Amino acid sequence: MKCDKCPKKATVHLTEIVDGKAAEMHLCEDCARDQSQHMEQQFGLADLLAGLTDFGKHVPEVPKESLLCPACGLSYEDFRKFGRFGCAKCYVAFTEHLKTLLKKIHGSNIHLGKKLAGVVPEAAPSKIKVVTVEPQVPAPALSAAPLPPGVETADSLRIKMHQAIEKEDFELAASLRDKIRELEQKG
Amino acid sequence: MELNDLIHHTGEWLRGTGPHAHIVLSSRIRLARNLKGVLFTNRAQRKDFDAVLSSVETAVKEISLFNESRFFRLSELDNVDRQFLVERHLMSHDHASNPQGKAVVVSKEEALSVMVNEEDHLRIQVMQSGHNLDGTWEIINNIDNALSEKIDYAYLPEWGYLTACPTNTGTAMRGSVMLHLPALVMTRQINKVLMAISKLSFASRGFYGEGTQAIGNFYQISNQVSLGHSELDIISNINGLIRQIVDQEEQARQALLVQNRLMLEDKICRAWGILKHARIVSSQETIELMSMVRLGLDMGILQEIDSKAMNDLFIMIQPAHLQKLEGRKLNSAERDIRRALLIREKVRKT
Repeated sequence: MKCDKCPKKATVHLTEIVDGKAAEMHLCEDCARDQSQHMEQQFGLADLLAGLTDFGKHVPEVPKESLLCPACGLSYEDFRKFGRFGCAKCYVAFTEHLKTLLKKIHGSNIHLGKKLAGVVPEAAPSKIKVVTVEPQVPAPALSAAPLPPGVETADSLRIKMHQAIEKEDFELAASLRDKIRELEQKG
Repeated sequence: MELNDLIHHTGEWLRGTGPHAHIVLSSRIRLARNLKGVLFTNRAQRKDFDAVLSSVETAVKEISLFNESRFFRLSELDNVDRQFLVERHLMSHDHASNPQGKAVVVSKEEALSVMVNEEDHLRIQVMQSGHNLDGTWEIINNIDNALSEKIDYAYLPEWGYLTACPTNTGTAMRGSVMLHLPALVMTRQINKVLMAISKLSFASRGFYGEGTQAIGNFYQISNQVSLGHSELDIISNINGLIRQIVDQEEQARQALLVQNRLMLEDKICRAWGILKHARIVSSQETIELMSMVRLGLDMGILQEIDSKAMNDLFIMIQPAHLQKLEGRKLNSAERDIRRALLIREKVRKT
């Protein structure tokens, strides 16, 4: 079979469904590559992102034309259109929108991966007071007697961590997460 | 190491050994990193590209892990050479298609490559044979640590590594595994498996990466989510998924043996016959035939060729490889003839 776009042999066969009707396309390797780039542009990530950002319920009402990254000049509108940031500072300039967007893409907007050595979180760790105690006797799960006030369990810390995430206090959430891990490892 | 030194063998990651190597061809992890204070490549000017190139070139010279690596500026390579690197899975089509201001670092065994000034300033990639994401992570993590001592990365504690595209933000890690699933395809279970994969937020792609269709029953499975989980959690999730798919493929292979042994042997032996004797063959047909031969080797139905030789052919039958072997440009019809010859030569040697 000949390629639909040039005289070469068709090796890629595409079926596109538009309005319930299937349209077939037969292409050679080279034309298929061009076509796939074209399709990516048509239905690219930009559209997906634009869709995602529109769904945001809690996106603050910031006039979009005023939202520009001061470092590279990219507007939030253009970011939505192309789906790419212009520089690292865009993340700071568009913070409020990105909290929602990142959560929609990843299901979370808090980094739990590898930390970059030498970068210290700006939050003051003194805000967090966590007391850990070694249990004297193995505590039965769930039915345990209430612990004395001021003593934190993994569960109570987890609740606090979720509250911190809700309030978007990521530094606090991250340190609470570390405490939970520490407690669970000891336990 | 020169580019032409690579032509007569393939990367270490194709050696055909390692955990579940009969189903899992290879494991790959890539990390995206950007330099602090430099515009991302989609907005970068000439001076930004140059700044990144020179920082990375210097870092690579100073880091002992890159001792046997070579830094190639893409503007200094011709089309065929750039395509050659794409075919070896060392860089992307996009990277090759617009060479100005770009580079790629390639290690001697080809387990490691770094694309410089692709969508992100650095795209570090490590590939290993078989199902070995844990080992792959260990290697790439060391390389990333070494690079981070020489290069200031764009990073925020709450959002991790900052990438040009928000789908990579956070760990900026993509782990992927190349699977050969002929029995799931033949028993018509593959769509069920692929649907389950996408529901679990994993992506599946063809053998030649992003935007390619699956050919020859090869599927690349990778994570979609990069934020909200640690790298090791993401890897362990992929591993769990891969183990299940491998189990299902093994069960489907056994079912084929029990229920349709003769049909299976016929399909495999016919594929082997065509590969050994064809005089003109396209790359698509070759890969489909090789998929059957590979299945025959894995199931003990064929013994005449080893799986390393089969893996080598997957790479060497591609257009730029054939043209480099021949030492001149070949059109599509000439390539089909050269491809058939290469296969016959390779098969005779084993």
